[in-house]
Amino acid sequence: MRQIAFYGKGGIGKSTTSQNTLAQLATKYGQKTMIVGCDPKADSTRLILNTKAQQTVLHLAAERGTVEDLELEEVVQEGFGDITCVECGGPEPGVGCAGRGIITAINFLEQQGAYDGLDFVSYDVLGDVVCGGFAMPIRENKAQEIYIVCSGEMMAMYAANNIARGILKYANTGGVRLGGLICNSRNTDREDELIMELARRLNTQMIHFIPRDNVVQHAELRRMTVAQYAPDHAQAKEYEILANKILHNDMMTIPTPITMEELEDLLINFGVIENEEEHVKKIIAQQKAV
Amino acid sequence: MRDKLDIVDFNTLFKSETYEQQRERKREFEAPCSPSQVTETLEYSQSQEYKDKNFSRSSLVVNPAKACQPLGAVMAALGFEKTLPFLHGSQGCAAYFRSHLSRHFKEPVPAVSSSMTEDGAVFGGLRNLVDGLENCMALYKPEMIAVSTTCMAEVIGDDLQAFIETARQEGVISRDIPVPYANTPSFSGSHITGYDAMLKSILSFLYNESKVKLSTEEDLTKLNVILGFEPYTGNFAEIKKILSAFGLEYTVLGDHSGNFDSPAAGEYSYYYGGTKLTDVPKAASATGTISLQKYAVKKTIEYIQGEWNQQIVSTYTPIGIGATDRLLQSIADLTGSEIPAELQEERGRVVDALTDSHSYLHGKRVALVGDPDLLLGLIGFCLEVGMEPVHIVCTNGDKEFLQEAEELLASSLYGEEATVHNGHDLWHMRSLLISNPVDLAIGSSHLKYAAKDANVPLIRIGFPIFDRHHMHRYSIIGYQGTLNILSLIVNTVLEQLDQNAPEYGFDLVR
Repeated sequence: MRQIAFYGKGGIGKSTTSQNTLAQLATKYGQKTMIVGCDPKADSTRLILNTKAQQTVLHLAAERGTVEDLELEEVVQEGFGDITCVECGGPEPGVGCAGRGIITAINFLEQQGAYDGLDFVSYDVLGDVVCGGFAMPIRENKAQEIYIVCSGEMMAMYAANNIARGILKYANTGGVRLGGLICNSRNTDREDELIMELARRLNTQMIHFIPRDNVVQHAELRRMTVAQYAPDHAQAKEYEILANKILHNDMMTIPTPITMEELEDLLINFGVIENEEEHVKKIIAQQKAV
Repeated sequence: MRDKLDIVDFNTLFKSETYEQQRERKREFEAPCSPSQVTETLEYSQSQEYKDKNFSRSSLVVNPAKACQPLGAVMAALGFEKTLPFLHGSQGCAAYFRSHLSRHFKEPVPAVSSSMTEDGAVFGGLRNLVDGLENCMALYKPEMIAVSTTCMAEVIGDDLQAFIETARQEGVISRDIPVPYANTPSFSGSHITGYDAMLKSILSFLYNESKVKLSTEEDLTKLNVILGFEPYTGNFAEIKKILSAFGLEYTVLGDHSGNFDSPAAGEYSYYYGGTKLTDVPKAASATGTISLQKYAVKKTIEYIQGEWNQQIVSTYTPIGIGATDRLLQSIADLTGSEIPAELQEERGRVVDALTDSHSYLHGKRVALVGDPDLLLGLIGFCLEVGMEPVHIVCTNGDKEFLQEAEELLASSLYGEEATVHNGHDLWHMRSLLISNPVDLAIGSSHLKYAAKDANVPLIRIGFPIFDRHHMHRYSIIGYQGTLNILSLIVNTVLEQLDQNAPEYGFDLVR
């Protein structure tokens, strides 16, 4: 069984990318897969289950008063491609501790033998690695491969670099490795080159470049993956290729995160941000024009 | 010769005029309730209406009959030779476990903490753990360090495995020193969960790390014994006596009787007795394992059955003739030996003693509080001697315990009136004792307040016992333990009888 995790900046399309890819992995390559949603919003499995929201481990645990009173069947649901889905869930925004929630939920799944007979377990984790709880999926004996979803925007790359730092922390003492960057295109200039360069500096690869296509949003509005909504669409093929690359990925590395200065230089070189001089010139030009 | 010390009696000291006046002067600053209000409230707290309210409370626990996970983890760690319990988290927690265990066993309890503070909570406890390990190696020279966690480290999600590995990579702790760890969040489970987690972690760590995989002929015929979260050091002696009578070789997995009953020989050592670390890997090839608790060591039992692929006999605390018979029979079955004559003779003597006291115990109504295994043992004993359990409160039992307790009660006429209140606390018990009175209450020292409010004599059995001495030195298991419990109970009954006796009935012979 392989355990993988998707990380990336909030709103970058982690859940969308991971569900679309895993749907291909399950249907085209026959891999028995489970998705463990580690986002308190509990929206990591909606495209697979075609539902609005799934009953979460922590919600039920809160109702019962203790997680020990839960049965596995109550929180595991099967969806498209026979993918089994669990949502950890967590507190309302602004209260409690979502990180502890993830620890509690993942411990529960392991103790209950939720992973028996699987080929793939995929953790979908929100945003950056902000605290120990959000690092839970990359601890020893859990996800060994991390895929970072990013795009050619500054903050997405900044987040990717931060996540690489998180992985490095655990890579030295355990077996977790970076499997690659997934570029979820925002149609910015020279995006593929930029992410390939970032990947090179982080000592990893850009495992796949997913072009932007509205069919993803159309499918999403219907709470489906492209694999289910438009299986013959070219975009479905893209996810299939990514699934295949993940399945046969043999480039597992310990990342080499870069400094903030280096990241900014990279962005300047690719014209994503301007250096200060040019920026000042531009502002002056704009003011003159007005 | 020095003058005789004049020691003022504590009970009368504060009734002297000086103190009476002092209290009177303080009263004006305290906005106290009037004596009539106090009486009224006390009466209300004894009403049926209050009891109903008490039983419908959902978000409040009052005086639970349990302690938290790391307390059990500390006890588990102290069951092994030269092992230092290490608590990753705040210092106050470690102090609490030490004093709690000290108050029960009346022994010093060595345990250290990584002393996390505000910055530890924000930045993670890695440095605290690494520095802590380095310090405790230098100061206390343990041969094993057993790490458990307090709430703080658990909430922020510190990764013990990674941290300990970092400490090894940094060289503060040598690869030869085993450092098993257990996650023991206090906000779930109880002291028995923590005991279980730490014991399992120690056994699996020592087994996996061991280079000696080959077992000798001798190891194969040995028996493993687990006592679990055992507040009675006397029980270790009792089970050792039983196994020696069988002529069996055995390994106690988790023997804290040395640390909790060390001699005063003029010099203090940090470590006394305990299971030898090198015996653990060998224990994996033993004939089988006998566990004298089952709810307290669920995960450990699963591990031994699974990973060590061993036959295991687990029983709740074997109190009473029936439970001891079954224990001895299963030891005999497991090892293919006969039940020794001396134990059969001992059985006869205890049966004799039980019949001597029977007329005073028959029909006595009792309330019971304790851990799941102890409660089942006590229920079994009560039913055996014709005492009637009425109220049974368990704070840390699971569904399986509830079912077993109810089945056990249903097996006897004497159990007909009993209700098992699982997941309840001692404040519930107070209402029960007042609304439906019993003759005797059995439980830990914490039950003394409810028992006093209800005017029921309390027999102290279980954990913790803070306010009576040496109870833990006498066994409560096996035939001998049954005799000890019998004399404790019957003499309490007889004491009551004398106290309440009318002039014409203050008899010499009972």
